[in-house]
Amino acid sequence: MSTHSLIAVVKQDCPTCALIAPVLREIGKRDDSLAVYTQDNPDFPTGIANLIDDTGLEQSYRLNIETVPTLLRFEKGREVARTVGWHRGDWETVSGFSPLGADLPETRPGCGSKSIEPGIVEKLAVQFGETVLAARRIEVGSLEDEIETCFERGWSDGLPVVPPTEERIMHMLSGTTRSPGELVGIVPPNYNKCTVEKVAINAVLAGCKPEYLPVVLTAVETALTEAFGMHGLLATTFFAGPMIVVNGPITRKIGMNARVNALGQGNRANATIGRALQLVIRNIGGGIPGGIDRAMLGNPGKYTFCFAEREDDSPWESLAVERGYSPDASTVSLFAASGVTPIMDQASRDPDALCRSFAACLKADGHPKHANSPPPVLVISPEHTRRYADAGWSKTRFRDTLNQYLQLPVAELLSGAGGIPEGIRAIDKETLPKFRNNTLHIVRAGGDAGLFSALISSWGGSQSITKEITP
Amino acid sequence: MKMLDPTSEQKPAQRERVKRPQSLAGLTIGLLDISKNRGDVFLDRIETHLTQRNLKVNRYIKPTFTRPAPIELQQQIATECDVVVEGLAD
Repeated sequence: MSTHSLIAVVKQDCPTCALIAPVLREIGKRDDSLAVYTQDNPDFPTGIANLIDDTGLEQSYRLNIETVPTLLRFEKGREVARTVGWHRGDWETVSGFSPLGADLPETRPGCGSKSIEPGIVEKLAVQFGETVLAARRIEVGSLEDEIETCFERGWSDGLPVVPPTEERIMHMLSGTTRSPGELVGIVPPNYNKCTVEKVAINAVLAGCKPEYLPVVLTAVETALTEAFGMHGLLATTFFAGPMIVVNGPITRKIGMNARVNALGQGNRANATIGRALQLVIRNIGGGIPGGIDRAMLGNPGKYTFCFAEREDDSPWESLAVERGYSPDASTVSLFAASGVTPIMDQASRDPDALCRSFAACLKADGHPKHANSPPPVLVISPEHTRRYADAGWSKTRFRDTLNQYLQLPVAELLSGAGGIPEGIRAIDKETLPKFRNNTLHIVRAGGDAGLFSALISSWGGSQSITKEITP
Repeated sequence: MKMLDPTSEQKPAQRERVKRPQSLAGLTIGLLDISKNRGDVFLDRIETHLTQRNLKVNRYIKPTFTRPAPIELQQQIATECDVVVEGLAD
């Protein structure tokens, strides 16, 4: 018995495979170890003694075939050589026969293997691969609608979710280099373990593409930091939920929206990344509205709240750069966000006047008599930013000037002042800052036209955290 | 079709039934006649037993046993009753 064997993998649909069919017949006649695996038509090519039906693509997957035709040589059961497409010299070397295909052109590129077609590769990985997904399998009856099943099992935020099949999860996991079993963190309120695989399953539910997964994973990690305080944010009777701001090149790569309607609907990455985080909290953490989630009203951002900073044409450094990251780094910043309040000023041409105007609006955050409020996010529009850029103002100058106008006279804050009991007791100070430690988060976003900006109110128990996104 | 569980898997894989009440006291009981022959005879006896115990009973009737109850009837029962007794066969 010979110590070697030859394997060829072909499909009829490939013109190069059709071209080299006579070569395979020739090799087959001279070497009975040759086995030809065929991916589409089990009868192609004719005249081969050992023609094997691989329409199930198992051998193509196991042999890691990317191109057809591929010719492989095995010695004592181990692969020692392979060539893809048709290169006469290579085929002669691998097969050990010369000359081959004298009447054929010297070379012809091959075609893509059926085993690597989109959608197929994940299916094969589930069928034949070594990656084992650990999550419990839930059988859906043949008469059940799988989306209804997801609703009934409580996996949804109220909108339809994408049924998390093994194939979809394998496809989702292709978006990260991290292994499915790696622990991402412990998710409140029930403090359950959360693996990369569980995040991927919820990213599937949310409708994410695999390339969003690194953003989702980092958002989950950030939400689970002690400083961010996800448990309290979930449990509070206040409006807030987690809001994600993404900075850096990944926002362009995955097509996030930082421009027209950036805080609104219509962009898949924005919508599904924010939703995936909320579904992780719901499904893994057990954070169910009316259960541990005690929000009196909540806010629509609790379905999803995620957008990118418009940094590519910004005159100012981005939020992430302010926080010490390189402009080339991609980052996720999390905020406790209680909803969007419009700030409208279409008249101020002078940067100082616009600061006064912003301050007047910001002072009403929560209540006009509240000082030391948790720092909100000011989403400044491109048109408003231009007022400052045109006047040569840096972001620091803008912030400092704004803070100067955000000092509240204590007399106006006292309980009873203005006929309103809400307020503070008398203290030995003339003024208090509107926002705790004079902190205000500034993010630039929005469309080209509109002299509006936005106040995104915060919640006191959470600290905004930024983390760099890793693949 | 198989799906992978997105939760922390603390609950049984099979969907749990809605919890049964410990007692019927204070609850409204719906009796749904599915329009099958003599279903009303059975439900009349049930009603007699329940009302003797001073329980509140509402009666409902499906237009035909061959189809699911109309949505409007389902909603009416769901908003008016805490539990339902339904005769499924004759």
